[in-house]
Amino acid sequence: MSVAMVTLKIDGVEVTVPEGTTILKAAKDSGIIIPTLCNLEGLTSYGGCRLCLVEIIGSPKLFPACATPVSTGMEVITQSNKLREYRKMAVQLLLSERTHICSVCVANDHCELQSLANQLGVDHVIFERNWTSEEIDSTHDFLVIDRNRCILCTRCIRVCDEIEGVHTLELKLRGKDAQVIMDLDNLWINSCSCTSCRKCAKICPVGAIYIEGEPVSHTKNKDIAEFITERRQRKRRQ
Amino acid sequence: MSFLDQDELLVDLAKKVQLVYSPIMDIKTFPKNVDVTLVEGAVANEEQKSLLEQARAQTKILISFGDCAVTGNVTALRNAWSNSDQAVLEKAYVENSDEKALIPVDVPKLLKKVRPLHEVVKVDYFIPGCPPSAALINYVLTELLAGRTPNMEGRCKYG
Repeated sequence: MSVAMVTLKIDGVEVTVPEGTTILKAAKDSGIIIPTLCNLEGLTSYGGCRLCLVEIIGSPKLFPACATPVSTGMEVITQSNKLREYRKMAVQLLLSERTHICSVCVANDHCELQSLANQLGVDHVIFERNWTSEEIDSTHDFLVIDRNRCILCTRCIRVCDEIEGVHTLELKLRGKDAQVIMDLDNLWINSCSCTSCRKCAKICPVGAIYIEGEPVSHTKNKDIAEFITERRQRKRRQ
Repeated sequence: MSFLDQDELLVDLAKKVQLVYSPIMDIKTFPKNVDVTLVEGAVANEEQKSLLEQARAQTKILISFGDCAVTGNVTALRNAWSNSDQAVLEKAYVENSDEKALIPVDVPKLLKKVRPLHEVVKVDYFIPGCPPSAALINYVLTELLAGRTPNMEGRCKYG
């Protein structure tokens, strides 16, 4: 079976990739790094964090690179002052939505949101913070969820569903009220589907899900989704 | 304290600046025509708010210094409570008091919410960090003394 190839330009460089590839993947394959947060190799695209926004010449809109497939003749810009400002704004909105206080967070110095803020030069947040007070669930033997630190990237939900295959985690409500829940909004200890596999804690970009008593630097391993997916595909081909 | 982490660099700095106001100096009013003011801590009560406004009015360059000033940090944790100004006093002086539970009345009135500096006055530069790194503090001050604009991109650590 042959796959049709598509040729496009990313930051002025000509790239040829299989049809259906996302802009993010095409850029990555040619060594162009687009900042991401909710996206994770091995999981389906979600397009929620808006950090991977790119410009496409000829369109006034911005497009999420993780959820936009390439097309022939497309000219993509991944770095510009406009994009930089939008990305900085996205990070600041994420920081202001809930109660993020790095100095008392388990993920301080090992947080993807924090490191994106540093990369983008976000030294303060221009938006007034919401200072929300969300539920913390520490009933599980070792897994803890602090929803104050959750940025609703849904990585945990997707890894639970797509990789572990149990779909314990789900999202309830919408917008700023959205919450990550277990089963039908049970306490974690009462979840009958959770396998305690820890994948949610491993891929959480911030300090929202963590393992009690274990340093976050030791827990975090966001490559597991890609690793497991790749191995499974390899096994299937054999 | 993190200002003192500059160690021997403080000697060079001392030669170039005149320290005109600080919490540990015996001076009652904020001086006029100040070139640079480093403000640490968030704005939690009326007294701090008025001092900050005075500092802003009498300073050319005002720097938000450290995470409490930049984000509110731990001081702002009470913001998540409703009626946080009353709630925090009750927590501190009644709930956690063994005997003689009494909320002091002769202290400056707390603001409803703890604010980072830039929500109260215009801030020119931000030095985040908990604590802010000595290298960053020194970089910003050295650049300002040389008449240059400090470039914070890729230098500062958020939070």
